[in-house]
Amino acid sequence: MTTQVTDHDILATAREQVLERGEPLRYEQILAVLQTSDADLEGLLALAHEVRMRYQGPEVEVEGIVSLKTGGCPEDCHFCSQSGQFTSPVRSVWLNIPELVRAAKQTAATGASEFCIVAAVRGPDERLMEQLREGVAAIRAAVDIHVAASIGMLTQEQVDDLVDMGIHRYNHNLEAGRSYFPHVVTTHTWDERWDTCLMVKASGMELCCGGLVGMGETLEQRAELAAQLAELEPHEVPLNFLNPRPGTPFGDLEPMSANDALRTIAAFRLALPRTILRYAGGRELTLGDLGTRDGLLGGINAVIVGNYLTTLGRDPREDLALLQELNMPIKALNETL
Amino acid sequence: MDLSAVSLDTAPGAPGAWCGHCGGPTSEGQHDSCVRMRELEPQRYCTQCRRRMKVQVVPQGWTATCIAHGSVEHSTWT
Repeated sequence: MTTQVTDHDILATAREQVLERGEPLRYEQILAVLQTSDADLEGLLALAHEVRMRYQGPEVEVEGIVSLKTGGCPEDCHFCSQSGQFTSPVRSVWLNIPELVRAAKQTAATGASEFCIVAAVRGPDERLMEQLREGVAAIRAAVDIHVAASIGMLTQEQVDDLVDMGIHRYNHNLEAGRSYFPHVVTTHTWDERWDTCLMVKASGMELCCGGLVGMGETLEQRAELAAQLAELEPHEVPLNFLNPRPGTPFGDLEPMSANDALRTIAAFRLALPRTILRYAGGRELTLGDLGTRDGLLGGINAVIVGNYLTTLGRDPREDLALLQELNMPIKALNETL
Repeated sequence: MDLSAVSLDTAPGAPGAWCGHCGGPTSEGQHDSCVRMRELEPQRYCTQCRRRMKVQVVPQGWTATCIAHGSVEHSTWT
């Protein structure tokens, strides 16, 4: 039997449970937050910001990402323009090592502490592992920045290789709640993703694991994703908002509303009070400048600076100026060790 | 082909017969939305020949290359 929870009840409960006692919201409570009205949004965001400040502090972690291998992916993630199964304009291309190092240097110059190398693959083959090994070594020799990676599903041997390379953090998103995942991807399972996440956690690398919202999922399925991420306890959760890509199965979906996106940010913060919650793709389209500010004052404490993998981000100078205006210092590299 | 010898008039980003965003003919239909979309996306099609280009996005910019007409680069910050 489901108990009817009012907006006032859930906000009061969240204040006492999450802010005062540090206990994350559970599935039913996350759902109740997602169902709150626009009239309560300001109060919800303020509470999520208080939680972020109490358990994470004012610092913001800044990261740059780059695509080492773009396009031609055999998987069919319905949101992704890099799948080789759709008629997307994105063509396959590899980044060379000197350009990879240059990108890392320019990312570090913004004050970023993390640089993530991404490849559009199901999982890495030996060629990709070798390219990554060479690239990570070149970056570590030239740039003072943590190197992260996101190269798909892994075997235990590959996890061990990444640890040996010095990969600081590994990204592998759940993408969607388990019940909605088959509507998003059919070429692999949610459980395969979960298994890779568990291997990464056990290896000592930090786990970065999040997902996308606005893909046609119900609020129940959105709450399910947050609850499953909370169960996984990753070090970081990147939160993406669907940016409908031409030629993909989700290409005709409307971007989610800014208020829904902000409610989602607050709900994820209340489900994950001690986790880094990062703005990832789609925020420019979904939230714009004003919404970006509201999210940083509503639970977000990390950003991706500059461009994404196949689309463009805000001018990083605007993001850095906004952080300064909000008195949110960039987390220094030595604080992330 | 020596791409450095490509004329600016026929560069893949120069005004041409094809839209750099959707690949449609610039002489047909409106491309105002394409222009808006380009604020958040790199060029995907060569404006001279409509070929899909190889595009590499990096944090600080992007490069798009047409096999026939060379490359166009855009820097977000330096």
